[in-house]
Amino acid sequence: MIGIKRALRGLPATRANIQHGGKSMKSDGNNSSAQKGAASLLLIVAVFIAAAALTAAVAALLINIQTRKAESYTPFTWLADVDENTTDPEVWGRTFPLQYDNYLKTVDATHTRFGGSEALPPQKSERDPWLLRLYAGYAFSLDYRERRGHAYMLEDQQETRRVKERKQPGACLHCHSSIIAAYRFKGDGDVMKGFDIVNAMPYEEAAAITNADGKKLVEHPVSCVDCHEPMTMKVRVTRPGFINGIKQYKASQGVADYDVNRDATRAEMRGYVCGQCHVEYYFKGEGKTLTFPWHNGLKADDIEKYYDEVQFNDWTHAETGAGVIKAQHPEFEMWNQGIHARAGVACVDCHMPYMRVGAGKTADHWVRSPLLNINRACQPCHNISETEIKARVDNIQDKTYVLMTEAAKAYTDMLDAVVAAKNAGASEDALAPSLALQRKAQWRLDYVSSENSMGFHAPQEAMRLLAESIDFSRQGQISAMRILAAN
Amino acid sequence: MLNRIRTFVSSNFGWLAVAAAIFGAAAGIGAFTFHYAHGLSYMSSEPEACRNCHIMNTQFDSWNNSPHREKALCVDCHLPHDIAGKYFAKSMNGYHHSAAFTLQNFDWPIRIKPHNAEILQENCERCHKDMVENIVAMEKMGNGEGAKCVHCHKSVGHGPK
Repeated sequence: MIGIKRALRGLPATRANIQHGGKSMKSDGNNSSAQKGAASLLLIVAVFIAAAALTAAVAALLINIQTRKAESYTPFTWLADVDENTTDPEVWGRTFPLQYDNYLKTVDATHTRFGGSEALPPQKSERDPWLLRLYAGYAFSLDYRERRGHAYMLEDQQETRRVKERKQPGACLHCHSSIIAAYRFKGDGDVMKGFDIVNAMPYEEAAAITNADGKKLVEHPVSCVDCHEPMTMKVRVTRPGFINGIKQYKASQGVADYDVNRDATRAEMRGYVCGQCHVEYYFKGEGKTLTFPWHNGLKADDIEKYYDEVQFNDWTHAETGAGVIKAQHPEFEMWNQGIHARAGVACVDCHMPYMRVGAGKTADHWVRSPLLNINRACQPCHNISETEIKARVDNIQDKTYVLMTEAAKAYTDMLDAVVAAKNAGASEDALAPSLALQRKAQWRLDYVSSENSMGFHAPQEAMRLLAESIDFSRQGQISAMRILAAN
Repeated sequence: MLNRIRTFVSSNFGWLAVAAAIFGAAAGIGAFTFHYAHGLSYMSSEPEACRNCHIMNTQFDSWNNSPHREKALCVDCHLPHDIAGKYFAKSMNGYHHSAAFTLQNFDWPIRIKPHNAEILQENCERCHKDMVENIVAMEKMGNGEGAKCVHCHKSVGHGPK
């Protein structure tokens, strides 16, 4: 205490007066003593601030370490009950905030060289004008845009002119919403029965399904319950289209009575959950039954063979009158032909790679292009630099794009020749070979162009299909030109 | 000298005591933090210390099942074997690891840095010299960017890389 008094002796007169009852006025009369006192006071304040800052820093470090330790002990705590009918991801998010937060990021606009979009995505035909002729007479010539994130799948579908201006069935909602609760309700507890009922409903009616309490059942885009079993969080498949489709495919491979949720390995499931939607499909018959055409196999040729067998056309081409097939988005099938599938690397490994959260880890539920996340998506296996990895992908995609543009040119040249032959009065019979070739060329070109990886999912398969497409287009062109020459 | 210190202390005893108390508190929290974070373990060669923060769990587990487990601890391959080099590398890596883990601003999967890759290569050669002398000598005759042992033997110490 003596020391403090001494130090305080140098305080300005008024403060010192209070401390020492005026006595100091006499002893601290000279200036140098006052200055020395002020310096001591400053020193004390400085020491205080330094010590406070140091303590705060150490305490912050301590808390940081404590947090890291906690992260490694507590995967999750149940905060809300979820069941098979909980389609709202927010409820699951209360218990699984890390996964939910990342899932929410799918609202963010992301771009790669060959994909991605903002609030109002550009028409794909702006970059590739030939798409308008490819889809002549089909709804895709009305409106066909770049993709946005998972968060927009339902909203974008309800806004597209393909749905607003053309009559579409409830089957579309199989993939554009978290639909199983609605199937269960419509099927009185039987999801498969509800699937058949909803498929055949008009789109708007299906989208407005409400339960007995008046609660809307088709409200959310893809949600937790679509891929996870409530309570155990086990990855599983829920959508009837895939359950039936993979069963057909396995049967074609000699595996009878395949039940995907019973028979698939955990590693296979990491591809199958995405294969519930990122596939080729069609609406079969009057019931508009959503069908994955895998009855002969998963390759483009196998699928084409199936469509030929059941004599299915998506539409009649407006310029030539050919019955043609629209390739949807066969990512799952294309990936299956590639080197990554062969090596057992599934969709989730690259599109939802493991992410570190402090000392813990989780799958990244911000589903997006691996090119936006090369470190976590590619480098767990590829021990090369990010720039090198990016360059290798660019190499594949650039070459695919070049050949795709060539294939489109061959295709439109064929259209010109067929139209010219038609205008010159060629008979249906005479044109038939050209139209059959058009169907084949269209299927292969569309297959690569609609598949969302610009060849990357299976580079050699994509190139093979494009090369075949060019061949069929040119054959069709020659056939039509022969008719013209003969006239 | 001693007298001057004694005089300084006695004439400034008050605020020195306050400063000592404040810094003592900080040092106390600091010491506790050091203990809580297993600070002393980093003075050892125990492989367990390398996975205190869990980031190295995969590497630890795979090393623990690898042939090298019987012959080499983490530090045998990842630190130089001269005293000065060892503690320099240890403190630099320790600094980088703790800063990165505290600030959470590092890439994951983590990738070895060039300097550490050199240390690793030297340690491969240190033990396997008799066997690889000729191969290594030929590599060094080139542009110095020859393949490292782990380029091919990448999972020999631990996986996944």
